[in-house]
Amino acid sequence: MSDIRAELRYASTHEWVRLEDDGTAYVGISDHAQDAMGDLVYVELPEVGQELEATDEAGVVESVKAASDIYAPVSGEVVAVNEALEDTPELVNQDPYGDGWLFRIRVADTAELEQLLSANDYREQLDSED
Amino acid sequence: MGHRTPLYDQHVAAGGRMVDFADWDMPVHYGSLLDEHHAVRQDAGVFDVSHMTVVDVSGPGARDYLRHLLANDVDKAAPGKALYSAMLNDEGGVIDDLIVYRRADDYRLVVNCGTREKDLAWLAKQSDGFDVAVSERPDLAMLAVQGPQARSRLAALLAGPRRDAVTSLKVFGFAEDGDWLIARTGYTGEDGVEIILPGSDAVALWAQLLEAGVLPCGLGARDTLRLEAGMNLYGNDMDETVTPLQAGMAWTVVFNEGRDFVGRAALEAQRDAQPGPEQLVGLILEGKGVLRAHQRVLTAAGEGEITSGTFSPTLGLSIALARVPAGVSGEAEVEIRNKRLPVRIVRPPFVRHGKAVHQQLS
Repeated sequence: MSDIRAELRYASTHEWVRLEDDGTAYVGISDHAQDAMGDLVYVELPEVGQELEATDEAGVVESVKAASDIYAPVSGEVVAVNEALEDTPELVNQDPYGDGWLFRIRVADTAELEQLLSANDYREQLDSED
Repeated sequence: MGHRTPLYDQHVAAGGRMVDFADWDMPVHYGSLLDEHHAVRQDAGVFDVSHMTVVDVSGPGARDYLRHLLANDVDKAAPGKALYSAMLNDEGGVIDDLIVYRRADDYRLVVNCGTREKDLAWLAKQSDGFDVAVSERPDLAMLAVQGPQARSRLAALLAGPRRDAVTSLKVFGFAEDGDWLIARTGYTGEDGVEIILPGSDAVALWAQLLEAGVLPCGLGARDTLRLEAGMNLYGNDMDETVTPLQAGMAWTVVFNEGRDFVGRAALEAQRDAQPGPEQLVGLILEGKGVLRAHQRVLTAAGEGEITSGTFSPTLGLSIALARVPAGVSGEAEVEIRNKRLPVRIVRPPFVRHGKAVHQQLS
């Protein structure tokens, strides 16, 4: 059973979002997603300063076996990327909700967060995929 | 639900992530593909390869039949030796690649599972006019025990002729004892053996190997290991639209006098044409990224395509096999998501016995 954090919102494409007090949000991929991918060996992240619309392609995670696109779960400007992943992409496998975050975005419209899945909704999606 | 090998329950018990592979439920890994890969390069791992198709060929016409059927010449193998060969169609395209074990009076073939039905049909069709019996052996399982410590770990679990076979067989040699066929062959670029044996014996041996610290390894590591070893995968690096000359398999084709194997005329015409056939080369990406099958390769002599690509766990960078125009060497570019990245062209294999061995193609 994969770990799903109650305090996060989720995209159906398996990204998670955590809104901070300053109006920015961290984005990563779920425990389920990292587990399904297997050992990650390469992560391609967006550029700092890049403007993303929700559902835009924001990067790629690659495991030994496969590449998978990452989509922006909400719109906004990328204000930081997790540079540690360049040399240690396995952080995403080890700590998908912590040190394995992918990028941080200045959320243009917090109402978009409400469009995303709650932890319960995301759990239901995973159960229906099994 | 797909076909299951006799080891299906053992895979699930060992935490195997089961996936569909050519209609078989097979483990892709048991937790970490990377750990499994490194175990085979540094220690020992065991693969269930019982999904592969075992076929026995016997009868007074067996030798003539196989010399007609295969691009390699079974006469090159003495009794007790294995031989790698392509099986071609009339146009020289590869129907499958296989291993032939030459016994004293007959032969055993191991062909791919994804090509089983067309292989069996072709084997039957080509047997017209030969006094042979071709019989599939679905009762047999197959384990590959691979890695620098594989033979010593395995030998400690066996006795008598089976133990002797594991300790003393030469590379590509094999020996039989009862229903077991033990061969010093593999698909990893490491030392080790492959064992064809009854399903119930495979279950028992699997348990003993795991008990002895041999790591169970899935199809994922099997693929990264074979690619590092520069070995082709049927359906990726060659298929019926490609000849062995275009797939780095010229060394397996024997144009000996008076032997007219299926596809020979087409291969000779291709060999003698100008420009020569495309070639299968190795690529190394020094920068960040992962080479994957079907990415475009841009060379000075024209375009090519990656046939297999992966991250190489041993080298810590990405490697690939690619089909490119004849005579290409040096540097090329690969298109990955609309970016062009520089790659080096090398002669495979990339890794043998745990060490980087690739050489710049010049």
